[in-house]
Amino acid sequence: MNIIEAIGGRELFTQGDVACAYGALLGGCTFFAGYPITPATEVAEAMSRLLPKIRGVTVQMEDEIASISAVIGASWAGRRAMTATSGPGFSLMMEGIGYACMTETPCVIVNVQRSGPSTGQPTEPAQGDMMQARWGSHGDNELIVLAPNSVQECVDLTRLAFELADRFRNPVFVMTDGEVGHMREKIVLPAAEEIDIRPRPAPSTPPGEFVPFKAVKGKVPEMASFGTGYHTYVTGLTHKESGLPTTDNAEEHTGLIRRICEKITDATDELTRVEMDQDDGATVGIVSYGISSRSAAGAVRLLRAEGMKVSHLRLVTVYPFPERVIRDFAAPLSRVLVPELNLGQICHTVREALDGAAAVEKVSKIGGEIITPDEIVEAVLSSGEPVKV
Amino acid sequence: MSIRDLSDPEYFDEVAEANAEERSMDGLRPTYGTVDPLSGLMDPAESVSSRPEHHRLLKYLRREILPTTFCTGCGGGTVLNTFTNAIDEMRIDPKEMVCVTGIGCSSWIPSPYFLCDTLHTTHGRAIAFACGVKVMKPDMKVIIIAGDGDLAGIGGNHLIHAARRNIDITVFLVNNFIYGMTGGQVSPTTPFGIRTTTTPYANVEHPMRIADLVAAAGGSYVARWTTFHAFQLMESMQYAIRKKGFSFIEVMSQCPVSFGKSAGMKDPVSNLKYLRDNSIHVDGTKGMSEEELEGKFVVGRLVERNQ
Repeated sequence: MNIIEAIGGRELFTQGDVACAYGALLGGCTFFAGYPITPATEVAEAMSRLLPKIRGVTVQMEDEIASISAVIGASWAGRRAMTATSGPGFSLMMEGIGYACMTETPCVIVNVQRSGPSTGQPTEPAQGDMMQARWGSHGDNELIVLAPNSVQECVDLTRLAFELADRFRNPVFVMTDGEVGHMREKIVLPAAEEIDIRPRPAPSTPPGEFVPFKAVKGKVPEMASFGTGYHTYVTGLTHKESGLPTTDNAEEHTGLIRRICEKITDATDELTRVEMDQDDGATVGIVSYGISSRSAAGAVRLLRAEGMKVSHLRLVTVYPFPERVIRDFAAPLSRVLVPELNLGQICHTVREALDGAAAVEKVSKIGGEIITPDEIVEAVLSSGEPVKV
Repeated sequence: MSIRDLSDPEYFDEVAEANAEERSMDGLRPTYGTVDPLSGLMDPAESVSSRPEHHRLLKYLRREILPTTFCTGCGGGTVLNTFTNAIDEMRIDPKEMVCVTGIGCSSWIPSPYFLCDTLHTTHGRAIAFACGVKVMKPDMKVIIIAGDGDLAGIGGNHLIHAARRNIDITVFLVNNFIYGMTGGQVSPTTPFGIRTTTTPYANVEHPMRIADLVAAAGGSYVARWTTFHAFQLMESMQYAIRKKGFSFIEVMSQCPVSFGKSAGMKDPVSNLKYLRDNSIHVDGTKGMSEEELEGKFVVGRLVERNQ
């Protein structure tokens, strides 16, 4: 059965969580491990329904730690693998995510963010895990973080996440939220013949000559999956290019960690996806991502209808953080507003990137409702005073 | 051993004095890399195959990382030897094997020493990683070797659920009664009354009978052996690897350095005698009461099911 047959059509009306599952199939995912958690459970349910139809496997593990572990195991077994969770499960996964960074294991993690901390408001949307996505695991690492704002983008960005995970041999996060995850919109999937899923390429050198953690293209090594005769040794310990542990050599540790970080940061421009809506002569701008970017777009329309000039930059790739794009965007601006469903997270990163070039103001909202366009309009018109909404 | 009232200050002083005395007598040190049992074979310029005297099982090991980091008298070497012999006798091609391990001394038994695809994972999660590997590589032998702290402590939940699922993986839990790598802290299997670095006034908890727990949770084959019973252990390992479904062997092992320090058995021989003298074959336990079995290691095949 092909993927479109398994999904049941190319034009569908569905919710963001299920769309992530469709995107995963289009991205070549054949293994899913997860644990029920609101508001991400529907991803696991959809994967349970879909994967057996295309000879894939879904396993409901005993917790989220086991889920990310099984995903990493399946990835080394040569498959494209994914898990989906929300805040509490995301916290549990952090050690495994660091392991995936250290061992350069491609995997995709969907986080349908809910309101925290702790159990918080399980059914309500939030954007409170953005800093955790970047800094949650211990030690130095880099992650690729995508933030869809529509059901169609849940398909497209989850699909893209698998391509990026394999290309960069790194975990990739799809950071949606309870609103995007549960809202229903029309989606259009590619035709079956347009879906081109290629298996992970085998190393270009035979066993014996192959050095498993030596970068060949840029800073990314080739991957010898298990069962291909390479006797690959994979460890979360600091390792040499051979894969064998070396835990007391500063030079080797520095070289390894710099390489696994720089393979992502060096590719920032290539990874950056933004939607830029600049208004000539505007001195006020909005930087947004995820569900709040839809409110921001609405606010921009309202402000322009009133004759005000305002620019808008939406981050589709949140990390690696597109600093250069933000600086270019903010060059003509004196004020930049960052609407978020948290008490201020990405606003700090924006402020750091601009380094005083423009005033950065947060437009924060928590409690379970998304920011409305009117609230952003009010913040823009409030001449720089922090607005509590 | 009885636990005296922990509010009795004299008791604390006595224990502290005894500890100080013991530390001053502490002569046995780990000998990481100082003794090279394979001396002469380590020279990469020298072709090993040209040396007829090299060990017949050396081809199963990652020679470039030998000698092992195991302390003198560690049971890990016995388990590695037994395991490698088992694989050799079964004529399993290491290309068809994946070893998955966690964190701790026992995890180092196959990882990095055994030459096959190896996933050295985070602490306690080896079984969960192995589930992902096995599901996607069902034709490969997926074998987990890790310790009591790893599989019974931090990773206990994964062990229970893998047994329940009866996933076709093989687990060798090397139980040395202690957290050895971190220097001798109490583990879920440390005997009652033993003083460790984190139970300096004696362990007030009773040990977990981990093989019995796995037998209750499910699985197709559950056995217990000790490093003293190397040949029985090897046969049991072969049986476990062959057995379809979840198979589990608890290997009681010795740690003369960290556990020996706690239990007053710092030489390897007395550790092995301890394992021998306290073992009782499962067939000989009929009619024995719980009290009579207290502190004994019931060895042999505990459970076999065909599910």
